[in-house]
Amino acid sequence: MPSLDDYKGQDPAWCPGCGNFSILKAFKDAMVELSVEPFQLTVVSGIGQAGKFPHYIRCNTFNGLHGRTLPVATGIRLSNHEMLVIAVAGDGDCYGEGGNHLIHAMRRNINVKLFVHDNQIYGLTKGQASPTSMEGIITKNQPFGVLSEQLNPIALAVALDCSFVARGFAGDTEHLKWLIKEAINHKGFTLVDILQPCITFNKVNTFQWYRQRVYRIEAEYNPEDRIEAFKKSLEWGDRIPIGIIYKNNRPIYEEKIPVIKDIPLVRQPFDITRIEKTLKDFY
Amino acid sequence: MDYSIKIGGEAGQGIQTIGETLSKVFSSAGYHVFTHQDYESRIRGGHNFFQIRFSEKSVMASRDKIDIIVAFDKASIEQHERELSEYGQIIYDSSTLKQKYEKSYFLDIPFTELAVKHGKNKIMANTVAIGAVHGMLGMELDILIKIIKDTFIKKGEDIIKANIDSAIAGHDYAIKQCLKCSFATAPFTKPKMLIAGNDAIGLGAIASGCKFYAAYPMTPSTGIMLYISSKAKEYGIIVEQAEDEISAINMALGASFAGVRAMTGSSGGGFALMVEGLSLAAMTETPIVIALAQRPGPATGFPTRTEQAELQFALYTAHGEFPRVIFAPGTPEQAFYLTNKAFDIAEKYQIPVLILTDQYLADSQWTYDNFDISKIKYIDYRLRGDALKSLKEYKRHAFTNNGITPLAVLGDSKHLVVADSDEHDEEGHIIEDAETRVKMVDKRLFKKLPLIHKEIEPPLFYGHQNPEIVISGWGSTYGVMKEVVDELLSNWDIAMLHFSEIYPFPPTNKFNYLKVLKDAKITICIENNATGQFAKLMRTETGYSFNQLINKYDGRPFTIEFLMGEIDALIR
Repeated sequence: MPSLDDYKGQDPAWCPGCGNFSILKAFKDAMVELSVEPFQLTVVSGIGQAGKFPHYIRCNTFNGLHGRTLPVATGIRLSNHEMLVIAVAGDGDCYGEGGNHLIHAMRRNINVKLFVHDNQIYGLTKGQASPTSMEGIITKNQPFGVLSEQLNPIALAVALDCSFVARGFAGDTEHLKWLIKEAINHKGFTLVDILQPCITFNKVNTFQWYRQRVYRIEAEYNPEDRIEAFKKSLEWGDRIPIGIIYKNNRPIYEEKIPVIKDIPLVRQPFDITRIEKTLKDFY
Repeated sequence: MDYSIKIGGEAGQGIQTIGETLSKVFSSAGYHVFTHQDYESRIRGGHNFFQIRFSEKSVMASRDKIDIIVAFDKASIEQHERELSEYGQIIYDSSTLKQKYEKSYFLDIPFTELAVKHGKNKIMANTVAIGAVHGMLGMELDILIKIIKDTFIKKGEDIIKANIDSAIAGHDYAIKQCLKCSFATAPFTKPKMLIAGNDAIGLGAIASGCKFYAAYPMTPSTGIMLYISSKAKEYGIIVEQAEDEISAINMALGASFAGVRAMTGSSGGGFALMVEGLSLAAMTETPIVIALAQRPGPATGFPTRTEQAELQFALYTAHGEFPRVIFAPGTPEQAFYLTNKAFDIAEKYQIPVLILTDQYLADSQWTYDNFDISKIKYIDYRLRGDALKSLKEYKRHAFTNNGITPLAVLGDSKHLVVADSDEHDEEGHIIEDAETRVKMVDKRLFKKLPLIHKEIEPPLFYGHQNPEIVISGWGSTYGVMKEVVDELLSNWDIAMLHFSEIYPFPPTNKFNYLKVLKDAKITICIENNATGQFAKLMRTETGYSFNQLINKYDGRPFTIEFLMGEIDALIR
């Protein structure tokens, strides 16, 4: 059984009070409760404050490029589909630079767990708007306020029939831990958008702002009803739902590939002698 | 016997099928075959051709003079009539071209009418044409009939019979009507293998244990992906069509990181998107093989044509400083072995290795007696399974004497594998301190580079042993240079240097090619580009400047006559 100590990584270089700390705690707790050993999982990240996440836990890690988390995670997972592959991204990372990859990861339904640290601002580059910044918010780089409409990742994911769509809140660690566990136990690609206040650069969407609005989705809500999920995905403003918004049982991509039906790719032997036979094709 | 056949027509008329079938017949007959293709960036219409040269002697480039033109469109006649050799013939069907040509070297063969009469379908017109070429050459149909039977085995007896009857009809018609045909073919010998550049790269990858190929389709690299796909089931390979080239290289890096041999491929524009991933491979020390199939650019120019204009791009692209290896095979055979070497070196040193090819080589078919599988190197350099489990400690980027830390397979043991795109410590975690940065650059770059350099083979030297004239080139100009040297050797002390292992630049200790150049009176660098990219590299790496440059940048490959003419003008 793994303990929290097994997951102890480097000391985080996040701002004191950052919402990322509670995500980190919820994640470690979830891993321990799910009895996942550090070597049994690989956390993939890109660039940004969220991108540093895997350094603050102990596990296999690939910290790659901004926006490119999902392709790397896909490559790892296809090569070793017995590995738990977690993708950690920021809102700029995943919804901005990596938007194309997100769309196609949802289409493929690769069994990768994506957790987006969504603080609605670019923190690492010191305070520009992100795709999820609310329209009208003034930043140093958006002196006229954000002119584009706020991206709604939840509605986007429901529209793409993403296998598991949820929203968490860094201010509700217990609920977040539960969501992380649900996502990991779900078979299929999961998007968990985690509202995570940036205490340094986002002066609007603060812990207090969220606490006044966030509510846990009602127990009677049926996340398998896609039309209802659409309605739920559109809630933003005075009331912001957290919890599982949508899920389905689409078959996962890995299971559709006959090549890895029996053995993960990484453990398949290579027999060079067969090449002689293939050479005959060219005569 | 040294004949050239050109099959011309619109895209969608089956030009390639006719060309490939005839090539297969000739290689099965034991002849040496060289083919190249010319096509437009469109699905239907336009003008395409497939050119076949065959001989009982070795052939490795196309000639300008054509002996038989099979014309399926008027452009085939308008554009290529002047290429006809002294005893050449043009065959066409006046009913489909809606025109009759009266000159003596035209032979009107009713492809469609014979197809409907003998094959019960006008679609058999192509088979009639193939049969007609056999008739003109005085070749019997035995090999063709066997190929037809093999090809259509799943389609049933009726289709096989229709094709055979059509071929016979074309064959017999040509024999009766082509009174001027004076072609004679050599006796059949042992069948040869016939392979194109792209297939050779794909086959080389498979023979190297490649298990993951991710790419976004882009001419002329797509053929590599298609070949590997066709063997995916048999060899247990995942071929993933990525959403873009950025994803393709990152997926391949993920797969490689997870423990399998991985590759990607593209052309200039797509490779441009992969560039950040190239640096990522370097920083994370993740092995990867990248095929860069050149075509004329910039963004992105002449999509289906050929050029060697991405050497400088391949050399200097990506941010930061790190070792890379660049190979530029000149033949399908070299492509096969160098792809294997690319995988070996990528894995051994945990670096990116690029294979530079181009449209000309990608689509060209060559014949060989065989590829020697015993020359294929397959060493699994990774730490996996029990070997990994028994280790007390594992650090992904631990400092070692030679800069190489074994790459462990994640999940195979309790050891963790950590990679980072930022500068990192021995374990793989982000650092910011100056001292570690320097040690890591030393590890990745300065320690590995001399070892990698030792792996590089010198250029191939061919021709006169003390040459006054040396022609040099790299990549796909190999064949045409060699044939030209053969032609000119009777009158000139000429030799060639062909570079296929381009970077790190080949050392001179195994073979002093610089002395050969310095001792010659005239040295010419021949490149399929406008600016002499290789000549510049030579100057940068060795200080040596070629006397002369021959550059061709019209999107078409060199032919023997063209290159002879250019060289002749320089040396006379």
